[in-house]
Amino acid sequence: MKQLLQKLTETFSPSGYEAAIREVIRAEVEPLADEIRVDALGNLIVRKGPSTGSEQAKKIMVAAHMDEIGLIASHIDENGFIRFTTIGGVYPQMLMGARVRFYNGIPGILYTEPLDAPTDTPSIEKMFIDVGAKSRADCPIKIGEVAAFERPFLDLGDRLVAKSMDDRIGCLVAIEALRALKSTPNEVYFVFTTQEEVGTRGAETSAFGLDPDLGFSLDVTGWGDTPGRKHFDIALGKGPAIKIKDGGMLSDPRIIQWMVKTAEANGIPYQREVLLGGTTDARAMQLVRAGVPVGCISIPCRYVHSPSEMVDYNDVQNAVKLTVALLENSVEL
Amino acid sequence: MPEITPFLKSLLSVAGISSYETPVTQLIEKKWRPLVDETRLSRIGSLEALKRGSGPEPRPSIMVATHMDAIGMMVTSIADGFLHFTQVGGIDPRILPGTPVIVHASASGEELPGIVVMPPARALPASVGDGVLGLEHLLIDVGLLPEEVAAKVRTGDLVSFATEPKELAGEVISGHTLDNRASVAVLTVALEELQNKSHAWDVWAVATVQEEVSLGGAFTSAFGLRPQIAVAIDVTFAKGPGANDWQTVPLGKGPTLTMGPNIHPYLFKKFEELAKNLEIPYQTEVTPRHTGTDGYATQVAAEGIPTMVIGIPLRYMHTPVELVALKDIQRAGRLLAEFIASLEPDFVEKIVWED
Amino acid sequence: MPNITEKQFELLEKLCNASAVSGDEGEVRKIILEEVKPHADTVKVDALGNVLVTKNGSGEKRVKVMLDCHMDEVGFMLVSDEGDGLYRFELVGGIDVRQLPGKQVLVGKDKIPGVIGARPIHLTTTEERRKKIPLDSLRIDIGPAGKAKPGDRATFATRFKRVGPSIMAKAIDNRLGCVILIDLLKTAPANVDLCLSFSVQEEIGLRGAKVAAFHFAPDMAIAIDATPANDLPLHEGGENTFYNTKLGGGPAIYTFDAGTLNDPRLIRFLAQTGDEAKIPYQFRQPGGGGTDAGAIHRSRSGVPTVSVSVPHRYTHSAISLARVDDWDNTLALISAALKRITPELLQTDRP
Repeated sequence: MKQLLQKLTETFSPSGYEAAIREVIRAEVEPLADEIRVDALGNLIVRKGPSTGSEQAKKIMVAAHMDEIGLIASHIDENGFIRFTTIGGVYPQMLMGARVRFYNGIPGILYTEPLDAPTDTPSIEKMFIDVGAKSRADCPIKIGEVAAFERPFLDLGDRLVAKSMDDRIGCLVAIEALRALKSTPNEVYFVFTTQEEVGTRGAETSAFGLDPDLGFSLDVTGWGDTPGRKHFDIALGKGPAIKIKDGGMLSDPRIIQWMVKTAEANGIPYQREVLLGGTTDARAMQLVRAGVPVGCISIPCRYVHSPSEMVDYNDVQNAVKLTVALLENSVEL
Repeated sequence: MPEITPFLKSLLSVAGISSYETPVTQLIEKKWRPLVDETRLSRIGSLEALKRGSGPEPRPSIMVATHMDAIGMMVTSIADGFLHFTQVGGIDPRILPGTPVIVHASASGEELPGIVVMPPARALPASVGDGVLGLEHLLIDVGLLPEEVAAKVRTGDLVSFATEPKELAGEVISGHTLDNRASVAVLTVALEELQNKSHAWDVWAVATVQEEVSLGGAFTSAFGLRPQIAVAIDVTFAKGPGANDWQTVPLGKGPTLTMGPNIHPYLFKKFEELAKNLEIPYQTEVTPRHTGTDGYATQVAAEGIPTMVIGIPLRYMHTPVELVALKDIQRAGRLLAEFIASLEPDFVEKIVWED
Repeated sequence: MPNITEKQFELLEKLCNASAVSGDEGEVRKIILEEVKPHADTVKVDALGNVLVTKNGSGEKRVKVMLDCHMDEVGFMLVSDEGDGLYRFELVGGIDVRQLPGKQVLVGKDKIPGVIGARPIHLTTTEERRKKIPLDSLRIDIGPAGKAKPGDRATFATRFKRVGPSIMAKAIDNRLGCVILIDLLKTAPANVDLCLSFSVQEEIGLRGAKVAAFHFAPDMAIAIDATPANDLPLHEGGENTFYNTKLGGGPAIYTFDAGTLNDPRLIRFLAQTGDEAKIPYQFRQPGGGGTDAGAIHRSRSGVPTVSVSVPHRYTHSAISLARVDDWDNTLALISAALKRITPELLQTDRP
């Protein structure tokens, strides 16, 4: 599982350019799937279970987004330096001195024009990427090419660290749940979605196409257990979190109940999540067509949207268990 | 004229916070069931009630959306018996200190009375001092011992306003959640009026969910029902202390007919003509961009639905002492019923752009 | 030499001088309906006021292509009558308040002339002159006998003008797109089924395009708009790295904006078309802003979509400026691209 996570997190696929990660995931899930396809926005849709269910069988969508935050080149100056803008929530304080890798494999480093005071936070407008080019003509990057953080996976035992843990950890949970899900009476669609970081766009279109009866997302949430963080009840190692609310969505109370009961019946630890900012694919799923009852299983993750996002391995394993337990039996909301 | 006040007061006495509308859904369903042909819940909980028309099949339908959800609060964490909380929907934290609330304790199933409290300045960061306290610094005290609180209350529990509805002098009523239970009352008045009128069109009376957070109920019911026209009824800003700008209208001078990009001009025109003919007092409201109501959602559902928005003037929006004039509710209900009854079977073809 | 004819100039002039503030697009809608009817298979106006046009090809294996341009423009709505011909107003769409004082405007369907004045400099303090003049201190003045009412829209009163290689007008964003779409309809190739949306309410949230895309359910879409060219010299000197687009650089192909990650297959296809047909083009700098593509590509199960815009300076102000060459090349690029569209274009997965 850790090896697969390493492979997933060391793949570069910013929003809108998910082909690389999609191929890594496809290779894993193809032997496990009853049906697999890619839609117009690049979502990878994987069915497990009967395609035309009986009356009791529910069509369930499980979404994990495979894109990651990144950068996109907006100008190559006459000396070969690359100006850029951000894809998704990239903060400048995370970028100073960082290394990135472009989609075509070219590495680059980030720095800034001189600041008024060395302690100031640089603005994205003042920053540039240096790929070692000496002139515009010499620069291997063109306007519109995308890059993501370059940072190797780190195994600290229980704690695992990587870039793009958001949301490759959700992808891992989905893949492992699919592997462990021997059979299901439900028509389950694992959707590895695109463009979540720019506004849950892949989930919106794939949910429209699938028209599920219910669904949930698998995504990371914030944390409250490092110095100075207060009044947020989520800690690493205390189990996956069942989302009640986030910045964009209120989970369906019936889905919360279903998750809580399933976790308790199977002795799986869980936390209750009320997140103030941010949202997940579930928001888009909820409002599609005539509406979908949705929820979210969150994997607590420290330092979200930094190049070193940290999760707890036990939480990951429990998230897999909970996902499987939810899907292996008929669902009655 | 049917008496709507007791029903409205009952609506103001239950919570029904966004996504947790069930208590109010049940009240409305019970009231509407004898007035309509069938009721059902949408996939995310909006109450959809159908009153069939008398026109030939296939019959066009009008959807009337009134959201039933309430703003409120939710527990984010518990510290030494005090509750930290966040908002569901938009609340100005400056109106909260000293507000009576009900904590819906999920571990014990109890409704615990509580108060929103302001910690003393010395318990707060120096930057806050005796200035404005944001939500992150306010607490709820339920008067129980810390271990009792820990046993009863959990993260994610709901908190609703406890202020009781009150009729004030001059046929006005005050309470929490008049936004938008006042409009539910309007739609109820209209359904009652329609008992004695024939109407060619099917009527979908919809009490929508989650307006305060995402307009979710209106988006999804409009998509699911696919009516030929839609009307959203919501409260609007009445003139009052601190509110006298161009966005405001006088209280008690009639519901507003809204014009602007959200509204199909032909529907506005028809409503205005009808109000004039029937001598029902009304006011016009202009919205340069969007109305911020369920009408925003119904208009862009699927292939687009011609939409009208009606406003009920209300003071002190999103406080526990919102205030409306009962007359405006009756007037809006009557106007809506008359409009529905006036719809000829071929009205759809008449909705044109008069460029 | 540009291939733009006098007739095209006349149409653009008529469209730019017409008033069509978001939500009140009637005047432009009327002009467009007249223009498209002789060339279309079907024409309809939908619930929001979009003009929806189809024109089917005749070849085998046709691709259903949606072309979109918005008809609306930024402007004003009168919101209260203060007597004496003075009206308080609100902005509709993104207008910098610094663009307002001292402008002539036209109010309502009858185009009543009016002005937005400002306090005389003599009565202002030094302190006051350092601040922007706030919107709530400005009024539209149509004269004491003037008759208008709250809810009426107003636009800048600028009239269309040709100046050397350029045009100067209000609402170049996006009447240029409208003219281009009309020309594309007239020259529709046989290999595609065209569906065109002249969309309403783009400037206040892409609302027309959303329902139009749902209606058409196309195989792919191209949104045609006008985008700012901020290619002015820097005060500090040196290289301008934030120009968005450059005037005279040809049609601007989008890669990434606040609303859309444009489909890489279509970006590549348009660039290839430009290279092979020797039509100049540029990439709009990735960044904020957006077009109707933001709504179209999220319609139903998703629609492969790309935006192409004509660069123009001083957008959303009283007078914008565009180059005739850029107009011509935008029309040429999309026209050439339409002829080359085949089902194979979309057969590979999105890269």
